Amino acid sequence: MATLLIAEHDNTNLNELTARALTAARAMQSPVTLLVAGSNCQAVAEQAAGLGGIERVLVADAPHLAQQAAEPMGALIAELAQDFQAVLAVASSTGKSVLPRAAALLDVMQVSEVTKIVSPDTFVRPIYAGNAIETIQSSDPIKVITIRSSAFEPAGQGDASAPIVAVPTPKTRHCRPLNARNWRRRTGPIWDRRASSFPGGGHSARRKHSTSSSNPSPPNSVPLSAHPAPPSTSGYAGNELQVGQTGKVVAPDLYIACGISGAIQHLAGMKDSRYIVAINKDADAPIFHVADYGLVGDLFEILPELESKL
Amino acid sequence: MKILVAVKRVVDPNVRVRVRPDGQGVELTNVKMAMNPFDEIAVEEALRLKEAGKAEEVVLVSIGPAQANETLRNGLAMGADRGIHVQTDARVEPLAVAKLLKAIAVEEAADLMFLGKQAIDDDANQTGQMLAALLGWAQGTFASRVELGEGRVSVTREVDGGLQTVSLKLPAVITTDLRLNEPRYASLPNIMKAKKKPIDVRTVESLGVDISPRHTVLSVTEPPARKAGTLVASVDELLDRLRNEAGVL
Ligand SMILES: Cc1cc2nc3c(=O)[nH]c(=O)nc-3n(C[C@H](O)[C@H](O)[C@H](O)COP(=O)(O)OP(=O)(O)OC[C@H]3O[C@@H](n4cnc5c(N)ncnc54)[C@H](O)[C@@H]3O)c2cc1C
Ligand SMILES: Nc1ncnc2c1ncn2[C@@H]1O[C@H](COP(=O)(O)O)[C@@H](O)[C@H]1O
Repeated sequence: MATLLIAEHDNTNLNELTARALTAARAMQSPVTLLVAGSNCQAVAEQAAGLGGIERVLVADAPHLAQQAAEPMGALIAELAQDFQAVLAVASSTGKSVLPRAAALLDVMQVSEVTKIVSPDTFVRPIYAGNAIETIQSSDPIKVITIRSSAFEPAGQGDASAPIVAVPTPKTRHCRPLNARNWRRRTGPIWDRRASSFPGGGHSARRKHSTSSSNPSPPNSVPLSAHPAPPSTSGYAGNELQVGQTGKVVAPDLYIACGISGAIQHLAGMKDSRYIVAINKDADAPIFHVADYGLVGDLFEILPELESKL
Repeated sequence: MKILVAVKRVVDPNVRVRVRPDGQGVELTNVKMAMNPFDEIAVEEALRLKEAGKAEEVVLVSIGPAQANETLRNGLAMGADRGIHVQTDARVEPLAVAKLLKAIAVEEAADLMFLGKQAIDDDANQTGQMLAALLGWAQGTFASRVELGEGRVSVTREVDGGLQTVSLKLPAVITTDLRLNEPRYASLPNIMKAKKKPIDVRTVESLGVDISPRHTVLSVTEPPARKAGTLVASVDELLDRLRNEAGVL
């Protein structure tokens, strides 16, 4: 029995996180089939076919899959999953919406945000905002798993391209039709989980930046992007830049926490970074307990200096 | 329009949890408990819809031990109309929670269900999606804005890389994100009033759901600790260490 890995993509490009989840899929000790589901997503299938260690690529290409909405995707995956021992996806906002739906249709539990595959039925995952790590064994006939991509290295390219096979895309019977799905991308600092260095800015950075023009604002080349919750609706940075228990999990080589107190919910999203630098005016801020290098002081003085010397 | 809100009793988010010495779970004795923060947001949103005249009744559902009664009372004190307590001391996994909630949604003929996007104890983020699948309803996960229309609900979702707005045909399941609203505090008179609001206590058996767990917890351990770092005196020292000691610049 093989493992089915759901590709993360935007109908044009295969997301690099798929290669990380592939590393996890290969640890399931069975051949890996990749599913590219979307609309006009042939280019993605071709990119996916180049990944190393996959047996074949299934393509489900249909207009109603364009947004990879959970309702049709869940139904499609549940149907395909009958032939597999495991279904894996990246714990992205798509994976998190789609996979539990497929799991319920298959009458199995999902194993969420897995950080290590011990064996094909035993998995490690963080609970309580990463304050505890649990190892669980699943008795379900089909394992449905979302992967915390920051915990796995990306798999490389293969020597030859895997075959691409089209699969039928039945319209879902499980939900009522949706309409008017529209999509708005935020402007502002962009980063992705691959970035090797990552500056995080907390409430304080945002407050000062947005309330007073006489205060020096953070230099542009150091985007204060990883703001913690709970922000106001006025929001300085978008939710997609929030790092933490309920936001993104990042593990770059260097994470710079600027004016971040170090709440457990925030630490959950960045404490696996290779090096952590904390800049905070409060010498007792808990962030200093996890930082490799701490600098006590006002970030509005330190950041401009840091930038000028980089 | 009848709205059901699922509320879970969890460890208070401000508590620093500790792994039990026997490695079988985390320490829960004498630990402060609270309503899951996302579920407070869910209750708040349902109450706002009722206050706007768009819903008639807000019913809370909690699955858990006797003390889940307190969680329900908290939600009733916020303003919900009544509670349903599926009382059990067993460990109930998200799939089983979804099945129990489905049974109640059908009994109650609910039009809309609110859940938190994630319980801050198991961090599973799956119950709402499972419930929607089991009911065959549309889902709007990670909601930061909800607008109820005629027969439809528009949900703005917090997704990787931006916001997405979906229009769902009712009935539907919505899971709440942090930015949806700021939950209210219960006033003293409302806390008093809540004591008289009805809570229907149910058994798992009466709902005909098999809740046997699918996962066996083999061990629970502390996360690897980061070694204590050093304080540097200046930006120059910081850059020097990042370049020459850490080698990350
Ligand atoms: C259910 C739930 C989920 C949550 N999920 C997340 C999550 O995913 N991610 C997340 O980050 N948070 C999350 N939170 C919020 C979290 O608990 C904290 O409230 C938040 O992380 C605090 O942000 P902060 O450190 O920016 O702000 P504060 O706690 O207000 O700290 C500001 C810090 O900046 C320092 N400071 C202020 N001004 C300056 C200056 N000029 N120079 C230098 N230092 C300065 C202060 O000394 C202080 O340490 C969640 C909360 C809940 C309840
Ligand atoms: N025992 C429970 N009782 C009531 N609601 C629950 C329970 N467990 C989970 N939920 C709901 O499901 C949401 C997501 O939980 P989870 O999938 O465990 O992260 C929570 O925010 C609650 O709204």
